[in-house]
Amino acid sequence: MSTTELHVHNPVEDLLRQDRVPTIWCPGCGIGTTVNSFAHALLGQQINLQKTAIVSGIGCSGRVSGYMNLDSFHTTHGRAIPFATGLKLANPELTVIVYSGDGDLTSIGGNHLIHAARRNMDIMVVCVNNMIYAMTGGQAAATTPGASNSTTTPYGAFEPELNMAQLVDAAGACFVARWTAFHVMQLERTMAKALKKKGFRFIEILSPCPTYYQRKNNMGDALAAMVDYKKRSKIKNGCPTWETALEPGGEIVVGEFVDREREDYLTRMRRQLGSHYSEFPPQPEEQESEGCEKEC
Amino acid sequence: MKADQRCVMTGTHFINGDAACCEGALSAGARFAAGYPITPSTEIVERFAARAPQVGGLFIQMEDELASSIAIQGMVWGGQKSFTVTSGPGYSLMMEHIGLAAISETPCVFVDVQRGGPSTGLPTLPAQGDMMQARFGSHGDYVTIAICPNSPQECYDLTVKCFNLAEKFRVPVMFMMDECVGHMTEKVVIPPAEEIDLYPRRHASKPPGEFQLFEAGEELVPEMAHAGEGYKLYVTGLTHDKRGYPALNPAAQRELVGRLFEKIRRAQDELTMVEAEGLEDADVVVVSYGITSRVAQKAIQAARDKGLKVGKLRLICVWPFPEKLIRELAGKVKALVMPELNMGQVVLELERCAGGQCKVIGVPHPGGTVHKPVEILEAIERGAR
Repeated sequence: MSTTELHVHNPVEDLLRQDRVPTIWCPGCGIGTTVNSFAHALLGQQINLQKTAIVSGIGCSGRVSGYMNLDSFHTTHGRAIPFATGLKLANPELTVIVYSGDGDLTSIGGNHLIHAARRNMDIMVVCVNNMIYAMTGGQAAATTPGASNSTTTPYGAFEPELNMAQLVDAAGACFVARWTAFHVMQLERTMAKALKKKGFRFIEILSPCPTYYQRKNNMGDALAAMVDYKKRSKIKNGCPTWETALEPGGEIVVGEFVDREREDYLTRMRRQLGSHYSEFPPQPEEQESEGCEKEC
Repeated sequence: MKADQRCVMTGTHFINGDAACCEGALSAGARFAAGYPITPSTEIVERFAARAPQVGGLFIQMEDELASSIAIQGMVWGGQKSFTVTSGPGYSLMMEHIGLAAISETPCVFVDVQRGGPSTGLPTLPAQGDMMQARFGSHGDYVTIAICPNSPQECYDLTVKCFNLAEKFRVPVMFMMDECVGHMTEKVVIPPAEEIDLYPRRHASKPPGEFQLFEAGEELVPEMAHAGEGYKLYVTGLTHDKRGYPALNPAAQRELVGRLFEKIRRAQDELTMVEAEGLEDADVVVVSYGITSRVAQKAIQAARDKGLKVGKLRLICVWPFPEKLIRELAGKVKALVMPELNMGQVVLELERCAGGQCKVIGVPHPGGTVHKPVEILEAIERGAR
């Protein structure tokens, strides 16, 4: 029997660019796990995949956009959110998802994260938090739990870690959740819910990085990380985000923290503009004409 | 294709260069823009913010220039024409995304209303100190097109041109205004829409499945599709192959970067845009661009009054530099004189192309005001000796 005959079609396959597999991710990395949940969420919600775009920045998680069989944009470091903002404004029909890492979204791109949440731009942001700069070789990030070792903090980090959930909540996000790579079913359900919601949605997912974060901190392999997530996680839906800080070795508060209604940017813009806004259907000849009639 | 009359403010106006630039963008079909306030460019987006909703567009004020310069690229891949506007310090922040636009071949326009620098420098006073940055500012190898207007009328006309060139060559186009031109108020005539030619987007002619996003034909400029059209685009700032997939190897790098250069190099004749006068029997030619060309005009006249044979060459398109034209000219004259509002930037390129065939005399100026015509006149006289 050939391997082709043994092949069972996994519906997720259709959402991946098969010609880009295998991925660059290390064995034990949690990013692929989150992608699986994401793909299931997309399929389950019957989202129009022709009208779905995914935007990433730079880093290990920044490679997600390139593996998805959607309109994929792999932009510059930290700038996925403003690119996604432009894309959504230019074509409001699109479902726009930003999929990137903690270093990308909160450190170099931190300002964009704050302002997209404040504007309530209608995009969904998935942030895979492996607590370290992995692509560049294990340097400390803004999310590295205080005192952790990394290649740039050989004596332990001297800075406390950032609580993303609290940050985006304060800035005005209408949906904020956190899970770990261990919570695959919960993550899928949360992603499905977030996909259907309008406004700025933020999902943080803790992911093991056995190559750097676990190794540098003697935390064992990926399996050990899963056991750790299972032991330390506590589901607290609706938990005030100031109580969700990720302290080293402490409780990992997971769940859907914020789910509120707030008018998104484009809806508000149209409402305030009222009669100042003129719909602009394309002229028929715009679609037909080809090439310059004169020298341009 | 022709401009859409709903966006064109046909008529005779008395407006400044910034306002004219805004109208040029609207005439060119740009209804979307992103920006961050900075003097002396802000008037462009202030006007655009008021005008755009009337034609179904919008202006979004982003949190900084990094965001503005990439939001416009999102708008382009979302199917619109878009641009951003800034001045020196903001232009420095935009360099990262000029590189992204170059490698991803995103047609868009960056307007830089130049002011004195370095750093915060002279916020409300003119300079032309960003010219080398317009050519080499982002890291790595790429080429752009840079256009310099010298009047509000040109701020209108050439803004339309910038959008056309961006679409035709799929490059970021730099519109290098300066504070004087931006804040100068003059008569601006906006023609009827049917007299304005627009270069249409090179949209995919093949259906999804057959179409390759970075497959370039004879002109070396690929076609593009937009998000939401079913093409499953893959756009990356990494070196990529014809499909747009990352290809991190020397062969792919050579092919991609080579093509980015070659598509502009082979259009050199078309991109040689100058205003020339009295070159035939000139001993000295004053080569200038932007506001400085208007000061130079006075000096040229004064030199002619003294009986000197002086020609005028104004560079409208500074990058790519008109190499062939300068090389030929340098073989016929005693001297080329270049006044510019910087300590000597484009003059380096002039010197290179002259190749020692004639004297090249720079007239540097750190900015803050324009040259005195006499400074240019002295240089002309030195050249004529």
